[in-house]
Amino acid sequence: MSGQKRVPAACFRNVDFRYGRHDVLRGVDLDIEDGAFVSIVGPNGGGKTTLLRLMLGLLQPVRGEVRIFGQPPRAAVRSIGYMPQHTNLDPMFPVTALDVTLMGRLGQRRHFGPYARADRRAARAALADCEAENLADRPFADLSGGQRQRVLIARALAGEPRLLLLDEPTASLDPGVQDDLYDLLHLLNERMTVVLVSHDVAVVSRHVRQVICVNVEVAQHPSEALSGELAQLFSSGARLVRHDHHTGPGEHRHD
Amino acid sequence: MTEFLQALGDFAFLRRALFAGLLASVACGVVGTYVVTRRITAIVGSLSHAVLGGMGIAYWLAVGKGWTWLHPLHGALAAAVLGAVILGLARARMREREDTVISALWAVGMAVGILFLFQTPGTKADLMTYLFGNIAMVDPGALPLLIGLDLAVLLAAFLFYNPLLAVCFDEEFARLRGVNVEFFYTLLLMLAALTVVTLVYVVGVVMAIALVTLPVSVAGRFSARLWQMMVLAAILSGTFTTAGLALGYGADLPAGAVTILLAAAVFIVVHATAALIRRRSR
Repeated sequence: MSGQKRVPAACFRNVDFRYGRHDVLRGVDLDIEDGAFVSIVGPNGGGKTTLLRLMLGLLQPVRGEVRIFGQPPRAAVRSIGYMPQHTNLDPMFPVTALDVTLMGRLGQRRHFGPYARADRRAARAALADCEAENLADRPFADLSGGQRQRVLIARALAGEPRLLLLDEPTASLDPGVQDDLYDLLHLLNERMTVVLVSHDVAVVSRHVRQVICVNVEVAQHPSEALSGELAQLFSSGARLVRHDHHTGPGEHRHD
Repeated sequence: MTEFLQALGDFAFLRRALFAGLLASVACGVVGTYVVTRRITAIVGSLSHAVLGGMGIAYWLAVGKGWTWLHPLHGALAAAVLGAVILGLARARMREREDTVISALWAVGMAVGILFLFQTPGTKADLMTYLFGNIAMVDPGALPLLIGLDLAVLLAAFLFYNPLLAVCFDEEFARLRGVNVEFFYTLLLMLAALTVVTLVYVVGVVMAIALVTLPVSVAGRFSARLWQMMVLAAILSGTFTTAGLALGYGADLPAGAVTILLAAAVFIVVHATAALIRRRSR
């Protein structure tokens, strides 16, 4: 099984994506190692979410190829746990936290009839992993932002993924709650690859080892390179940062 | 009230109206819950008016052109299926303009219905029946039809409860878990269409829209889970139709209109109270 270790969790080869005639991503080459803890950062409209959706197979690249554990994303989708932004969900929807978590079991079973006992056990275990087992029977609508994030992570875990993808997991959370959530993600990182999208470089560089900057083109840094003044500059406003579109491969400047 | 109970014993048409209302409430509670939580109530409005168009054409062919084997229900069913396909395509192909297609289908269905009913001799009164329905004039054949609808709806909701819940709550996530989202969305549209056809035939267009939205929305305030919302919506809907029938009978008013206004009054009181409580607790 040692050979399997070398297959990257996610791999982009020369990927282009555009909406109409508008280039969103250009010539993206990217490897995310199995077991990594990575954040994708960049200005709004820079292509972060597109990168995420390409990994999920919700979008197809115009050119190039995307591989998840060596497979096309659609074939590998069951090994991915995905946490969307909870603000996209209907806050009034009549479901309990356990109901939401059980949705993560759908790929694991036949699609008709009630959930099996094994599904319920897995869902409760996933909630326990997120320290949210006491929320199981609470209405999702009554939970705080941080609690909802935990339940949505539990839903992603219920499918027993090898790669956890999170879209802005700490957006609109208090700083203390943000730190708790990163502690949880670090714990989960011992079992699986964790990739999160964030617009907040200052927070991310405190918690994550590797940062991928996206603004049409992509550059990878260890997070130390983004610390201090540079991170300050970046987080103070995306307009201040110009990613030069004409830099060659490997080159990448924050100025 | 005792007067209404007395009349129930005396008149078969009232008993039929009562059963029709209760049976319709079962389908309304289940399908209405999906429609309200998936936020496609406008689609139900649109489909029910498309159904009116189909009924109008069938009625015109049957009465005006002598196609006596054709029943308005055949036209209703054809129009509902066609409408569901059009709306499914609009969603898949022109997502940004889906709501335009919904409104267009609504208007065109209504116009076609009016045009053909107008062309058919002796149907001026029938237009009102199709729009507002007349639960007191339900024909005996409608009851087996309603029972069939309820069985179909309950079976689908039992078998596909989990994927339908996932599709309504978070379609994208459901797709990523390998759920065939298009299939289940189409199933939902078909269930809505079937329910609408039966309801338009039994209680009229306006009442169909009211029953799949108002009691369901009230139920949503008191439900922590989807199935609870279905059960509560069905109970509320049954209560409203029965009360509407009793009040309508007692005061000699159209039962459908009374039912709708009763449901609307409860809807407003419940949501206004909830809003007040929320403001207080802030």
